Amino acid sequence: MNSRDNDRQRFFTRRAALLAGGQFGLLAALVGRMYYLQVVESERYHMLAEENRINMRLLPPSRGRILDRFGVPVAINEQNYRVLIKSENTPDVSAVLDRLAMIIPINADEKTRILKEIRRKKKFVPVTVREFLEWEDVARLEVNAPDLPGVTIDVSERRFYPNGIAAAHVLGYVGAPRREDLTGDPLLELPGFRIGRSGVERAFDKPLRGTAGASQLEVNAVGRVIRELDRQEGDAGRDVVLTMDMALQRSAMRRLGDESGAVVVMDIETGGLIAQASTPSFDPNAFTEGLSNAQWRALADNERAPLRNKAIAGEYAPGSTFKMVVALAALEEGVITPKTSFFCPGHLELGDGKFHCWKRHGHGHVDLVRSISESCDVYYYEIVRKVGIDKIAEMASRFGLGTDLGLDVPGERTGLVPTKSWKRAVIGQPWVLGETLVAGIGQGFVLTTPLQLVTMTARMVNGGKAVFPHIARDVTRRGDLTERVPREQVSIGVDAGHLDLMMKAMAEVTLDPRGTAHAARIKVPGLSMAGKTGTAQVRRITRREREGGVRTNDELPWRFRDHALFVGYAPVEKPRYAIAVVVEHGGGGSSVAAPIARDILTETLERDPAKLAPGADVAGLRGPSRQGT
Amino acid sequence: MSQFGTSQPTLRQKLLHLNWELVLLIVLTASIGFAMLYSAANGSFDPWASRQFSRFCVGLAMMLVVALVDIRLWLRASYPIYAICLGLLAAVEIMGSIGMGAQRWLDLGFFQLQPSEVMKIAVILALARYFHGFDVDEAGRLRNLWIPVLIVVAPIALVLRQPDLGTAMVVAMVGGAMFWLGGARLWQFGVVAAGVAAAVPMAWQFLHAYQKQRIFTFLNPENDPLGSGYHILQSKIALGSGGMFGKGFLEGTQSHLNFLPEKQTDFIFTMLAEEFGLIGGVGLIALYGLLIAYGIFIAFRCRSQFARLLAMGLSVNFFLYVFINIAMVMGILPVVGVPLPLISYGGTAMLTVLIGFGLIMSCWLHRDMYINRRGGLA
Repeated sequence: MNSRDNDRQRFFTRRAALLAGGQFGLLAALVGRMYYLQVVESERYHMLAEENRINMRLLPPSRGRILDRFGVPVAINEQNYRVLIKSENTPDVSAVLDRLAMIIPINADEKTRILKEIRRKKKFVPVTVREFLEWEDVARLEVNAPDLPGVTIDVSERRFYPNGIAAAHVLGYVGAPRREDLTGDPLLELPGFRIGRSGVERAFDKPLRGTAGASQLEVNAVGRVIRELDRQEGDAGRDVVLTMDMALQRSAMRRLGDESGAVVVMDIETGGLIAQASTPSFDPNAFTEGLSNAQWRALADNERAPLRNKAIAGEYAPGSTFKMVVALAALEEGVITPKTSFFCPGHLELGDGKFHCWKRHGHGHVDLVRSISESCDVYYYEIVRKVGIDKIAEMASRFGLGTDLGLDVPGERTGLVPTKSWKRAVIGQPWVLGETLVAGIGQGFVLTTPLQLVTMTARMVNGGKAVFPHIARDVTRRGDLTERVPREQVSIGVDAGHLDLMMKAMAEVTLDPRGTAHAARIKVPGLSMAGKTGTAQVRRITRREREGGVRTNDELPWRFRDHALFVGYAPVEKPRYAIAVVVEHGGGGSSVAAPIARDILTETLERDPAKLAPGADVAGLRGPSRQGT
Repeated sequence: MSQFGTSQPTLRQKLLHLNWELVLLIVLTASIGFAMLYSAANGSFDPWASRQFSRFCVGLAMMLVVALVDIRLWLRASYPIYAICLGLLAAVEIMGSIGMGAQRWLDLGFFQLQPSEVMKIAVILALARYFHGFDVDEAGRLRNLWIPVLIVVAPIALVLRQPDLGTAMVVAMVGGAMFWLGGARLWQFGVVAAGVAAAVPMAWQFLHAYQKQRIFTFLNPENDPLGSGYHILQSKIALGSGGMFGKGFLEGTQSHLNFLPEKQTDFIFTMLAEEFGLIGGVGLIALYGLLIAYGIFIAFRCRSQFARLLAMGLSVNFFLYVFINIAMVMGILPVVGVPLPLISYGGTAMLTVLIGFGLIMSCWLHRDMYINRRGGLA
């Protein structure tokens, strides 16, 4: 021991003490930091930790059904069996796929797609091999399960329309949301989720859709599900009850058959549409799975436009079915009285032009009722000259022609009822009197939809109340059948006597032996219908052709043939149902359209769907609100 | 004079006077490590806890052997050990195997040696040996300082070439502590600090892209939560969500669901803090504090400058492991890859730490021994 050593020790002790102090100071700082993270900021990190590990998975709600007015399901959900393969449980994916291919056909392309998808995805994520399996295939797969490691069968729901093409236009179809449909609602982004693309499916998509449930899953850092922590079932979509009677709808479709056309049957008191047929049609079930390009083109390019709902979007010249509107305009204006009659020589000459009646040699002396029941054109040439196009247009719009009727499914078209100002504004030329004459028999510029024609008829025979058409009877959870009347019904302001006169005239159409639809009258005892035929030219008949003899429809190519129309109501004494029939290029209204109307109205009267009392106990509505298949 | 005097204590006496309570603290700390490795493997001794345990047993035996060796032998062996380690470090440069994007391991066939870890002890030994030979005022002279500067700078240069910024900084800091204890003047530290400050902008250019990224990330981890900031952010989330009492043993959601990276090595403290909360984390820090204090206490009791410097230096080294690792996982230091001593999974670090404690115990057993400047008995 010497003093130099002592110096050294003192020096060391001093510096080491400082160093130790520094070290413990830093350790204390660590404790302070821990306190900050684990106590002060704990809540925040706790939340972040939960976000880390908890993954919300949406449970898609069961889509609501669509039921007809008697509660018969017309759109339901069907079990969709899918084969999935999980590569982590499959020692040799390719070999298992080959074995699978012996049970359900898998072609080389599909196999390549599946293998590619498996490579791209994490090995615990199942890859869909095949969807929409038949039940027999499912059974065979179950039996062979031991040979197919990693293969599972999973059930989801898919939309199914048991009536196929019969109500395709009304119901619409569902399809995967397009980019523009995405609202940020994560439900829409679920694989396999479908939204309403057209018809009722689209119009009532929101209530049908329901609200998604959620499953809280605990996941690890790579997304593998460890367990389910919590599960909230969503609300299934609501059922939509239609005013449609599916049996009548099917009959109407069957009755139109191969024709291209439309039939609309309406309850004249409520405006509810009981049948709304449009042919040709398409299979909405094909849309659920997605159409191939070729299938789509075949539908889109067909000249008979199977995708168009002709009942609401087909615009046709009303022909003679327009005559009641013209007559009412004349009566209301005082241009004629119920007794006014004209002489029909078969044509009317006006300046250079010669306007023909459909009856080449004329009707002789014709009064108002006969002008309708026998559909004299000259009578209307005479009166429209005095009424003028604008008054006719005003009356037409009171009956809903040329207007948007606000139907509760999308796709309705407005048609056209011309006025002088319309022609100036749109065509840029002044109105000429000849055009008034042509419009007076529902030709020329006038265009109407079958929906408008049936609404016109309904307003004419329900006492002049402005009914509006609708197809949805109720959106319901428990099967409440109270029918919604979408708009208040106000009077269209037409004299009741005048309307009675029209009804009398329309009755003569079928009841009077000279009436244009007498041959198509209902012969069943106790049942009756009234109406008006119409034949709309789609081509111009030249003077030369007229002189040489007008070619009949049978001689013409399909697309140049006349449209056949009929509007009617039943029963004659106490009207309840209105009907409009349009057969595109079908020929004459009396020979083609009227018989179709007769058959459908006969069945309507026999079924009398309007008798259904509110709240009646009907099949499917009161029972369990959901059914699988 | 104590009972030992200048005479050789017998092996029996040494074993009797060994600080068994320190051994007990070390075993306790390591046991916490086994438990955490068991948890990191989701409640399994495989693959980490069991292997760590056998390594610890080997290391513990080595520690006792090192403790019983006469301290003068260590003093004489200081320079050769340093030379061997420097050689090994250079060997890593030449034929080291590639791992984790940097050359750090030397494959000895049966063992993956990480020379940079052992190097820290070698530097402490060499500097303790060097400063042992000088009085305080002599040691502070510049002409006596260039050799110890070389002793520190040579391994730093090699480690930086690997590159291993973390180890280089630890070596620099341990070296600095040794200079501080050995007698360097305050102004000399000032000059070095100024020099470093001036060199930082230059050194920045020589940093690897990933090293720069780590520093950026450290400064603002939220900027890149899925990329390089992921480690720090997830570590803070796991730690912070542990709260006061933790989520319970084997219940740490973040670590068990693999959000926490490297949970068995560098981020094991985070897992402990998630499962045992503030109580557990502070408890472990306290345990480390005791181990550090033990080394300091022993340093204060030693009569020879070599033993004092050695014990204190090793204690500082141990402290740096603890501090840098914990500060790193809590986001107050960049992620530099320093393990949590006695707990993180890994062979070399475990061995080095235990050998370090063996040396500290050797200092204790030979605390009253007077050693002359050249390394012999007085």
